[in-house]
Amino acid sequence: MAKSKTTPLARRGFLKGAAAGAAAGAASLVAPPAAKAQEAATRPNTLPPSAAQRTAENVVSAAAEIQIVERPGADYMVDVFKSLGFEYLFATPGSSFRGIHESVINHGGNSNPEFITFTHEECSAAAANGYAKIEGKPALVCAHGTVGIQHAAMAIYNAYCDQAPLFIIAGNISDAAERRGRVEWLHSAQDVAATVRDYTKWDDNPASLTHFGESSVRAYQIAMTAPMMPVLLSADGVLQEGEAPKEFDWRIPKLPRISQPSGDSAAVAELAQMLVAAENPVIVTSRSARTPAGLKLLVELAELTGCGVIDQQRRMNFPTRHPLNQTQRSRGAIASADLIVGLEVYDFFGVVHALGGQVNVVPRSLIKPGTKLVSISSSDLFYKSNYQNFQRYEDVDLSIAADAEATLPALIEAVKRLLTDDRKQAIQTRAAKLAQASHQSLEQTRTAASYAWDASPVSTARLSAELWNQIKNEDWSLVSDPFWVSNWPLRLWDFTKHYQFIGGAGGEGVGYLAPAALGAAIANKKHGRLSVSIQSDGDLMMANGVLWTAAHHRVPLLTVMHNNRAYHQEIMQLQRVANQHNRGVDIDKCKIGTEIANPNIDYTMLAKSMGVQAEGPISDPKDLSAALRRGIQVVKGGDPYLIDVITQPR
Amino acid sequence: MIRNYFVVVLLAASSLAAQTPASANAENGKRQFVKLGCYTCHGYQGQGGSAGAKLAPHPIADTALSAYVRHPAGSMPPFTKKVVSDQDLKDIHAFLASVPAPPPAKDIPLLNQ
Repeated sequence: MAKSKTTPLARRGFLKGAAAGAAAGAASLVAPPAAKAQEAATRPNTLPPSAAQRTAENVVSAAAEIQIVERPGADYMVDVFKSLGFEYLFATPGSSFRGIHESVINHGGNSNPEFITFTHEECSAAAANGYAKIEGKPALVCAHGTVGIQHAAMAIYNAYCDQAPLFIIAGNISDAAERRGRVEWLHSAQDVAATVRDYTKWDDNPASLTHFGESSVRAYQIAMTAPMMPVLLSADGVLQEGEAPKEFDWRIPKLPRISQPSGDSAAVAELAQMLVAAENPVIVTSRSARTPAGLKLLVELAELTGCGVIDQQRRMNFPTRHPLNQTQRSRGAIASADLIVGLEVYDFFGVVHALGGQVNVVPRSLIKPGTKLVSISSSDLFYKSNYQNFQRYEDVDLSIAADAEATLPALIEAVKRLLTDDRKQAIQTRAAKLAQASHQSLEQTRTAASYAWDASPVSTARLSAELWNQIKNEDWSLVSDPFWVSNWPLRLWDFTKHYQFIGGAGGEGVGYLAPAALGAAIANKKHGRLSVSIQSDGDLMMANGVLWTAAHHRVPLLTVMHNNRAYHQEIMQLQRVANQHNRGVDIDKCKIGTEIANPNIDYTMLAKSMGVQAEGPISDPKDLSAALRRGIQVVKGGDPYLIDVITQPR
Repeated sequence: MIRNYFVVVLLAASSLAAQTPASANAENGKRQFVKLGCYTCHGYQGQGGSAGAKLAPHPIADTALSAYVRHPAGSMPPFTKKVVSDQDLKDIHAFLASVPAPPPAKDIPLLNQ
């Protein structure tokens, strides 16, 4: 390539230069340039090209200058992404971020980040949610600033409610003069972040590369500071594809080590006194273990204070079979508590109330008079008004606005300083009683699991027990929310490690489960972990393109279908309303609008059509173990596998 | 072990059969249990789960079951006589009483790991 023939240009300059060059070239052969320009300007662009235009497009002038971009801004953007440590870019391709896409491949070598192709932006964003909960950091998500973000919106809301960090790039063309025709107008906006601003933590619209670099690092820092949440940056198409200014120094701002907000020392000391003095203290946790350290710290605090722990399991916060785990007898533990400490509990009202009432909600307190309530929550550091994810207000006695995991070390040390021999003896006695209660709860759970053991459709307890039997000696990770199968895995399996569970959809938006499981499995892949998911049928039908992504990128994930052939939650809701209206509902009518049957979906064929090995449907529980063994063998070989199981409703 | 299991089941079944009033029809009860949607929360065998209490095996007395269904607590909706007759409720109880007990959990290896 002869240097004299090339001239680096900004994208806008490139387009103008190209048009002028073509016009000039054509002019020397066909017509005066002024006339050609006039014609081009006045002809409606829906008409076929004129003869002059066709000539201008097809005749190559020896005098025409080859105009290229040598230092595209997107290369800088990719260097910023690399500096932030992104392993993956989750996206459905879109022209408004094609500059970044090309730079990821050619400048970045499609490594750190590696492009993972999704078939829907809701899938790519939900996958980033699952990835973040395993890896403890965001994946990069790219989408059209308009239609792509609209698709991704529910998944972003889920991540916002779930306090999971997502880093979202929304492609856009801000300058109207740079939009090439109809589609680029349709895919541009004044303010691409507006669609999701109610449920992102921060956004920006960088106007220069310097601005992009600084805002990227700032966004990452904001996303990774508790409460962790999605952030969004607009990436302008002209900035991506055009030439970086000659004077631009390519400097990438420094990402600091991020220290999480811990509790005020006086409040922590007060809580320590309450914990040591209490006769029946209970800890309730929802998302307190952001990292593996959070789990270990909670175990240390619980053992130090002899506290029962109720885990609402939005993360893997506390070992399921720890003697102090009182989750399976939470009502009893709450009723007898004289102190309840909530760690990142997002619905404290729901912890201490039962919401009864046949038609209207009638809350009933579950605690005895005088019980003290203390909350440590980073949610108190960040509120938005519109969406009501903050839940009903609860009268707590002490609210510590801080990250629970970051506060636990100081709380543990404060407790240690206060413990006397008498209190240690009392704590030991209490812990022994709690251990006995926990053991009894496990025995009761096992008995409950035995009911309908040989039933067909397969009981969800049997499905869970069969799966546990096959994975218990592996390095496993449950990447789905078992709420839909009566939480049997969390009740029966021995969870000890942080990565063994990731909670569920923060906003309870259906269509989270399958892509989040895939994102978590992508994160688990490099660690060699066996990822397993118990997958609801209704959820998979929202986002079944992830099966193709799993096959295409060879993501080892065992998907076991919880196929009850319905949006079953809605069947129960419909029946409840019909009875409240005192007219009941025949089950066949109850299925109107709720069943996923007639025809039944063949999930085996669905998976196979997208390159995922699969088998089923299985309705006899005796067939499960062999199928699970086959599936695990394939997954351990590095590929996804799906087993369709026809199950009891819950 | 298999033989012992059958002995237990037969004993349980004969015991439950003795509790079932002669006028109750377990087959109709099974149909009604599905038709009325009881299974949606309680499972096809009344085994219970996160959405509904365990009803079988060993259901509570039929009078207690009827009383609760007419005036439930918590999230269960009421089933009035307009929705389910007294006779159908008795039949549902008969069905629940006919559900065989599983082997004890301690005898199921998969539940002891």
